[in-house]
Amino acid sequence: MNQLKFVGQSPERIDGLEKITGAATYVDDIDFGARLLHAEIVETPYAHALIKSIDTSAAEKVPGVVRVVTGKDFPYRFGLYMQDRFSFPTDRVRFVGEQVAAVIARDAKTAKRAAKLVKVVYEELEPVLDLTKALRDDAVLVHPDLGNYTRCPWFFPRAGTNIAHWRKTRKGDIEKGFAEADVILEDTYTVPRYAHCAIEPHVVVGLYDLSGRLTLWSASQSPYTQRHVLAQALAPLGLSHQNIRVVTPYVGGGFGGKAGVSMEIIGAALAIMVKGHPVKVRWSRAQEFYNTYQRQGVIARIKLGAKKDGTLTAIEHTLHWDAGGYVEYGANVVNAVGLSATGPYRIPNVKIDSVCVYTNLPPGGPYRGFGYSEFHFGLESHMTRMAHKLGMDPVEFRKKNAIREGDTLAYGAKMNPSGLLESIDRVAAEIGWGKKEVSKNPNKVIGKGFACYWKAPAMPPNAASCAFIKFNEDASLNITISGMEIGQGLLTVMAQIAAEILTVPVEKIRVELPDTDRNPYEWQTVGSHVTWGCGNAVKAAALDVRAKMFEVVERAHGLSRDTLYLENERVKSRERADFELPLRDFVINGIQMKRGNFLGGPILGSGMFMPEFTSALSDPETSQGGHPNVHYTVGAAAVTLEIDKKTGKARVLKAVLAVDAGKAINPRLVKSQIVGGVVQGLATVLYEDIRYDLKGKLVNANFTDYKIPTSMDVPEEIVPIIVEVPQPDGPFGARGTAEHTMIPAAAMVANAVEDALGRRIKTMPLTAEKIALELQGVSYEDVKGSTMGLCFAGHPDAYKFHTKAAAKK
Amino acid sequence: MRKRITLKLNDETRSLYVEPNDILLDVLRDALGVKSPKIGCERGDCGACTVLLDGKTVRTCLILAIEADGHEITTLEGLTQSGLTPVQQSLLKHNSFQCGYCAPGMVLSATELLGKNPSPNTEEVKEAISGNLCRCTGYQPVIDAIVAVGKKAGRRA
Repeated sequence: MNQLKFVGQSPERIDGLEKITGAATYVDDIDFGARLLHAEIVETPYAHALIKSIDTSAAEKVPGVVRVVTGKDFPYRFGLYMQDRFSFPTDRVRFVGEQVAAVIARDAKTAKRAAKLVKVVYEELEPVLDLTKALRDDAVLVHPDLGNYTRCPWFFPRAGTNIAHWRKTRKGDIEKGFAEADVILEDTYTVPRYAHCAIEPHVVVGLYDLSGRLTLWSASQSPYTQRHVLAQALAPLGLSHQNIRVVTPYVGGGFGGKAGVSMEIIGAALAIMVKGHPVKVRWSRAQEFYNTYQRQGVIARIKLGAKKDGTLTAIEHTLHWDAGGYVEYGANVVNAVGLSATGPYRIPNVKIDSVCVYTNLPPGGPYRGFGYSEFHFGLESHMTRMAHKLGMDPVEFRKKNAIREGDTLAYGAKMNPSGLLESIDRVAAEIGWGKKEVSKNPNKVIGKGFACYWKAPAMPPNAASCAFIKFNEDASLNITISGMEIGQGLLTVMAQIAAEILTVPVEKIRVELPDTDRNPYEWQTVGSHVTWGCGNAVKAAALDVRAKMFEVVERAHGLSRDTLYLENERVKSRERADFELPLRDFVINGIQMKRGNFLGGPILGSGMFMPEFTSALSDPETSQGGHPNVHYTVGAAAVTLEIDKKTGKARVLKAVLAVDAGKAINPRLVKSQIVGGVVQGLATVLYEDIRYDLKGKLVNANFTDYKIPTSMDVPEEIVPIIVEVPQPDGPFGARGTAEHTMIPAAAMVANAVEDALGRRIKTMPLTAEKIALELQGVSYEDVKGSTMGLCFAGHPDAYKFHTKAAAKK
Repeated sequence: MRKRITLKLNDETRSLYVEPNDILLDVLRDALGVKSPKIGCERGDCGACTVLLDGKTVRTCLILAIEADGHEITTLEGLTQSGLTPVQQSLLKHNSFQCGYCAPGMVLSATELLGKNPSPNTEEVKEAISGNLCRCTGYQPVIDAIVAVGKKAGRRA
């Protein structure tokens, strides 16, 4: 490959100026004029109840109220991988805060006032708020109709139970693996739920115009998937893809929370009820916490076997997920973990059971990391503990077992090229692994913790990306894609890829935000796959454009296209050194011939990428036979933590994270993903502490009580390290890095806490309170109050992983 | 009972009628069409709705519109009228933002700080923006950009 000019550079973000001037438009910034209506949601106060009646008459009489909508008007079910969620439930509510009705009014204040007048009569049911009870034979069922739901073919719900999906992976001989082990370590870890906390709340404006077309302006990571899910849900009304348009302007942070369809279904439903009027649904911060998606809670049992020399022989990893009232997206998180819960290690004998359990807490769903942060907490804690048990250094132990290219994965496919060993070495060197640090303050102790990580995008096997490119008269160009700029810098990276092929500088390239009427298909912007997938599509479109330019030049100038190349926005020829044709001279107007006519015309290109080698079909009992994941991105991280022995407060003195980007198209953007992701990851372990009361009500649905980091909480130093072992099928060798950067954070902190204090904490988060209790020799689990962070209020060590219902088909 | 208020918004005198319980954020966005102050939490936690009121940062979600009567308000739209300010230039150069939703509030908090203290150190910058939540960046590139403006100013002085 020639010297790269644009790829591997770090130009300013091409959306930077819009964002720094306030010109960037988000959904709520669009004016819809005097016909705009506003909606207020009527929410249930019960975690589990039957709806006996809804009386909307008083609300309807309020002047300014246009319409009150309930499940009677709009009973449709929807969902991404399984249609288990309701636009408005008709008979049963499944979490506190679920929508049972909406009041549409001329202004927001009237809607709010009138919503209080809607009278709903419920019959309270026993809520499912304990995973143990949820899995009992005689469990109260959250979805009695589970067996009838439409779902994707790789989900395995158990009708008549609360098990929405169960991913089993089996490799080798697990009994033999443990028999060969000299040391076996078994323990339980818990991870509570987490909230995404994008600063922009979800907002959607729907317009069902008088011609019968539905347009949604949506704060979303997934315009095409939204259109498709809506088309499926609205099919009974005669709507299809051609009647639905989704427009996504800038989005104020996603982190998975704005993937798929959550509250947007309400925007669509209400719009259809008030034809001709745009109607806005904007979530409050509280609704943002409890009625979109949450990261699911999990309780996990790990049994790990190793030989004396440190060679891993077997892993049994059982994960019971608190997936909430609806799992149409969250069950795929469970699925992804069920395939990959070995972590980035060579382990010959594997048994993974990842079980998705319905509960009466808010719907679980995608969150940056897609289940991997959750299982890495236990797994990477366990790896360090196993190393100690073997008398080995935790870094050496990881290196000994690190997965390598060509190794057989748990589900039978082969591992892609991997820079894991390089990542481990560089992180260990940067953190000064093995060098004990002592605090100058006698009240403080310092510990170091290490963790590895991996993650693959979780996608259906036909998740495709597309791009269109058009030139303008000045040889500037517009790229239209439906990959979403959610802050990661996608627009800039796509411009760099096109620039590299076409030699048009990045500042002359606009990349347009999605509109399903105009921009070509993209499955979703999730899974850190768009640099790779959408990047491949943009590269293909740029090559298409280049081929079309060369074709015209060949016809007009008689130069063989095989000898043509691009340099500095000019077509040049290897056979005629004096030939050069600036792009701006012909990319719109064509090339004028001697007799005055023109050849060519506006140059347009398109590109597409779909990973044709993947397949989600495999044996449900073992997961063998398919190729569900395109590739894994790997890396390592470490932290130096200073802990105040009196208060338990931990200060991050240094965090280091290496990620194998394959090829960093824009190193500065990769580094900003590392810095931002490490801080988000540290927040989940040090600060954020979600709490439900024992009736299933979220009690800290705001930023006062659910503490995300401020500028005062950032680590003293974060060192980002980019490793580049190319991904053969990636654009210029690139693979995704964005989610990965928060995955190792929790485990590395738990490992550092143990290093500093000699106490192992197995339940997230590791707040100052919990550490302070540990310092007094008190286990937090023994003294915690009457709240819970996931659907299990008991002591984790007492959790039983085997139930009759779970064993039954 | 609607009440007439007059305020100076980005150097322009504007008069309008508001309800006594209208919050300033909604009036700025919906009645006056100024969209850079964003809605994030509506309880003063996140800082996305920050503007300068008589030169000082306020959370417009916590202020009634009638309280702004007779006062001077500057938003990002006003700040940018005669080109990018040095702190905007520095934030742009440092790629400081990702999704950009917190940017308007962050810029105004930084503007207030630099007005009082042209060469702030890292701790002072952290403190000044501690009321502006950002979920994307880990704050570091924002802090670096603001400190860099101060260093540049320090060299000139």
